[in-house]
Order: sequence, then C-alpha cells, then structure tokens
Amino acid sequence: MYMFIALEGSIELGLLYVLMALGVYISFRILDFPDLTVDGSFTTGAAVSAVMITHGYAPLLATLSGFLAGAVAGTITGLLHTKGKINNLLSGIVMMIALYSINLRIMGKPNTPLFGENTVFSVIPEDYFLVIVPVVIIILKLLVDAFLHTDIGFALRATGDNQRMIRSFGVNTDFTIILGIALSNGLVAMSGALVAQYQGFADISMGVGMIVIGLASVIIGEAIFGHKTVFRATLAVLLGAIVYRMVIALALQLNMNAEDLKLITALIVVAALILPKIQKSLGQKRKILERIREVNNKVENNGRDINA
Amino acid sequence: MLKINHVTKLFNANTVDEKLALSNVNLSLAPSDFVTVIGSNGAGKSTLMNVISGVLKPDDGNVIIDDVEVNKLHEYQRSQWIARVFQDPMAGTSPNMTIAENLSIAYLRGYKRTLNWGLNKKKKHFFKEQLERLGIGLENRLNAKVGLLSGGERQALSLLMATFTKPKILLLDEHTAALDPSRAELISNLTEKVVREFNLTTLMVTHNMAQAIQLGNRLIMMDKGQVIMDIPPSKKQGLTVEDLLHEFTAIKGEELNDDRVILG
Ligand SMILES: Nc1ncnc2c1ncn2[C@@H]1O[C@H](COP(=O)(O)OP(=O)(O)OP(=O)(O)O)[C@@H](O)[C@H]1O
Ligand SMILES: [Mg+2]
Repeated sequence: MYMFIALEGSIELGLLYVLMALGVYISFRILDFPDLTVDGSFTTGAAVSAVMITHGYAPLLATLSGFLAGAVAGTITGLLHTKGKINNLLSGIVMMIALYSINLRIMGKPNTPLFGENTVFSVIPEDYFLVIVPVVIIILKLLVDAFLHTDIGFALRATGDNQRMIRSFGVNTDFTIILGIALSNGLVAMSGALVAQYQGFADISMGVGMIVIGLASVIIGEAIFGHKTVFRATLAVLLGAIVYRMVIALALQLNMNAEDLKLITALIVVAALILPKIQKSLGQKRKILERIREVNNKVENNGRDINA
Repeated sequence: MLKINHVTKLFNANTVDEKLALSNVNLSLAPSDFVTVIGSNGAGKSTLMNVISGVLKPDDGNVIIDDVEVNKLHEYQRSQWIARVFQDPMAGTSPNMTIAENLSIAYLRGYKRTLNWGLNKKKKHFFKEQLERLGIGLENRLNAKVGLLSGGERQALSLLMATFTKPKILLLDEHTAALDPSRAELISNLTEKVVREFNLTTLMVTHNMAQAIQLGNRLIMMDKGQVIMDIPPSKKQGLTVEDLLHEFTAIKGEELNDDRVILG
C-alpha cells in the first residue's frame, strides 16, 4: 500500500515535470541547442507564480505568467547566442547564473511558502487529480505537436536540422532559434510553476540539475517508446518524464540516499548517451574483423607468394 | 536580371593567409541566361556564388538583382529571388523531415511563414505531381524521411525544391560533383529540363568541361579571382573542349592546371 502511494505520488509529480521535459526536447532535440538556461528558468517560473499567488493573483494567471517569464529568459539566451555570437552552451550557462540572482530578487528570499494559498490544484478534487492533470498535459502535448506541424514549426525543425538549407529558403534562423528557446523555457518555467504549487513552496535551488533530469526523461522516453515522428517523440518524452519519476521513487524505496539522486540521474544520462556509441563502434569493429578475415582468406586462396 | 559590379573579396586582409578570392569582377546576366562557370581550384567560383546569394558580403562593389541593389540584404532575404543547389547532397534538405515536409518548406520561398498547417491534402497532391516530373519514384515516398534517400535522390529533390517555385535566379555549385556518373547525368538532364521549362536565369559551376559546353547558352572561365573568358551565345554553339584549353593557354600563357578538370 505504501509502495502504491509512493508510485502514485511519483506519477503525479512526473506529470508536472512533463512540460519541463518537453521544453528540453524542443531545445535539445528539435533545435540541437543544449540549453542550460533550464536550471534557472524552472525556478523563475516557480518564483513568479509563487510570489503572484501570495499577492492574491489567480493561480492560473500566476502559472501563465510563469510561462511568460521563462519565455523572456529563453529569448535573452537566444539573443546572446544569435546576436551576441556566444556559443550556445555558454549562452545558457550565463543566463542560468544570471537567473539565480533574478530569482532571488523576484522572491525577495530563498523560499516562498504557499501553504494555505489557493493553487491551480485547489479546484481539483483529490480523486480526480490523475484524470484531469493527464488530460491537460496531453492537450498541451498535442498543442506542441500541432505547432511543430505549422509552417513556422517546420522552419523551427529545419533550423535544428540544417540551418544552411532553411536560410536558403528565406527563413531567418536567428528568429527561429530565439523562438524555439523562448518556447522551450516557457514550458520549463510553467512546469516549475506547477511543481511549486504542488509541493507548496518555491525554492531558489529547486531548478538545480533540472537540465539533466530533462535529458534523462527525453532519453529514457525515446529509448523505450521510440521517436519516429514528432507525435511519437513527444509522447515518448511525456512518458519518459513519468518513468523517470517512478525510477527515482523506486530508488528511494530501496533506501537509496536522496542526496545521491542527482548523481544517479547523471549516470543514467551518461550511460544512455555512451552505450549506443559503444554498441556502434563494437559493431563496426566486428565488421572490420569480418572483412579482414575475408581478405585474408582471399589472399590465401590466391597463393601465398603475396606474403613473400 | 543579375549584375555584379566591381566585386572584390579579400579574405584575411593583412595576414599571412591573405587571399584575393574575387578581384574586381564584373558580370551581367540577361533574363533566362544559362551560364556555365569553369575554372581551376581556388579560382573564386564558390566565393562568387556566396557573394551573389548573400552568404558573404563583398569588400567592394555591388550585386544588383532586377535593378535593385541587394548588398545590404541577408541571405535569407535574397532567397526570395535566389535559389541554390549545393555540391553536398546533404546540404540542400532537412534529413529528419519527410519529403513532403521538405517540399512544404521550399514551397514558401518568398512568403511569410505563419501558423497555418505546413501540409494539407491540396499541397500534398501538388507535391506528388511535382515529384513525378523527376521520374525516380519519389512521388510514392512523400512521408519518407529525406535522410533515408540516396545522394542522387536527395540531389534531385534539392533541385526540385530549389526550382519549382520559379525563382528569378538559380545558383548551382558543382551540384553533380558528388554523384556517380549515371546519377550525375540524371541530375544534369533534370537541370537542363527545369531551367528551360521555367526560363530560370542560371549560373552553374562545374569541373566537367563537357558538361559546361553541353549545358547553357553562355560559358565563363574564372581564374585567380577574375573572369578571364566569357563566351557569348553566338560562339558557344560548336565549342569543343580543345577550343577551351587552347583559349586558356592563349590568355594565360600556361597550361590549364587543375586535378579536378574532367574533360568529358
Ligand atoms: N571563408 C574563407 N576564408 C578564407 N579564405 C577563403 C574562404 N573561402 C574561400 N577562401 C579562399 O578563396 C579562394 C577562392 O575559393 P573558392 O572556394 O571560391 O574557389 P573555387 O573556385 O570554388 O574552387 P573549387 O573549384 O575548389 O571549389 C581559395 O583560395 C580559398 O582558399
Ligand atoms: Mg567551389
């Protein structure tokens, strides 16, 4: 029973992290832009929504404002990269660090509690959480899918795929990169806003390691559920985020130290990134060895004088 | 249609790597001119293409399209008039998107992109028709990812994507060079067909002398950043590879020296 409650909790939390994982999917996979802004913008979304809620704004408005704040942060990262010509990793790191101070400014202190406040979840009867939230998340996923199938969405995908090509058809890639990174961080921040409301507080360090968790979700999802089409890939990311939370819940059940979770996540990502490469190079080596054997056989069959 | 006035491009000025890639180049293309461009390695052919398309800004001189000076326009802005096919078959398409999606991107050349659906029945039908003209069966693979196509298929698709919206100017930079001979011939024939059909003003770089002679109505030769030979339509008929080599020796006082020249 206790196990079941833990799993249920992890599914609930996983659902809220889906938007973050979708954001990481857009920057990392669609745009091929490893964007570290995420660690900061997740907290930005949480901070903005928490502060607004404590000031009496409607939770939904606070959540959407979280999205906008994240989009602004992403826009600045995009500008640093495209107009400032700063390497994409570095643009994200700089923005992540800047956001730490900005998030503190937004909250005025390292932690903003939401206990007793109205949140977006207050209106959901407890028994319906796992009905209503998944429906909302799936609608948002479908919206992302739809966007990626519009003309602008096509341009965005082609930007991540082949910038030279898409420019030669009239697309300003600076614009598509900024748009994509803004959308990505908007989703990440909205996820932060939801998590803050779910757990009852926003905390300055709640975004730490978020990019790796996002990557882990994307990679786990793609590995288990495949990613042939956009629809399939975003579905995989959605499920990946939930599976990731369940894995973490299980790890905790097995008395693993909570402090080690980030290390475990990092290891999962490293393994997921390296294993396919090792497999591939092993495969290649095998092929080369086979070929060498073939060639050697031929040499032997054609007489030994070649070696003489 | 296209005018290049006193264009100079100097790479790495004032360093040991200084390179005068284009030196006071003047060139003027009339509407529906199909000009083939030959010249040894490093002659400045690709640089010229890049200056026209806006990938590179000239250090001096200007580029004029239809009487409009386009010097200040970025590559993506000039693309409303200028289409390109690159040498690398990977370069002209988006590998993780489908054939139909790629065509849809190309279809909007010169138009603003909006939140309309990238594909619909009507567009797909139109793309299918267009693909049929290539005659290599791509019309049955609309939903296949372009990354799965062979180099030749991709280059045929790139050519279609570059041309089916009838751009004013078509730039081809050794677009058959990376293909095996039979595929190169196919692309070469397709090129001639679409350029003629759509009356595209075309500039085509090639290392294949026979191809340069066979295609187009005009031929220029570049060397060391300059146009050293410009054979007008009246003289291009009946031109032979030997004529070209003789002419080169006459102008430069040396033999044409290029490992990659293919005499045909
Ligand atoms: N971005 C660059 N920076 C520095 N030098 C360059 C650059 N691009 C080209 N060059 C130099 O300018 C000269 C002209 O190059 P370009 O690529 O135009 O030659 P090309 O005629 O296309 O040759 P090829 O037949 O080999 O393609 C070459 O010497 C080249 O090394
Ligand atoms: Mg070249």
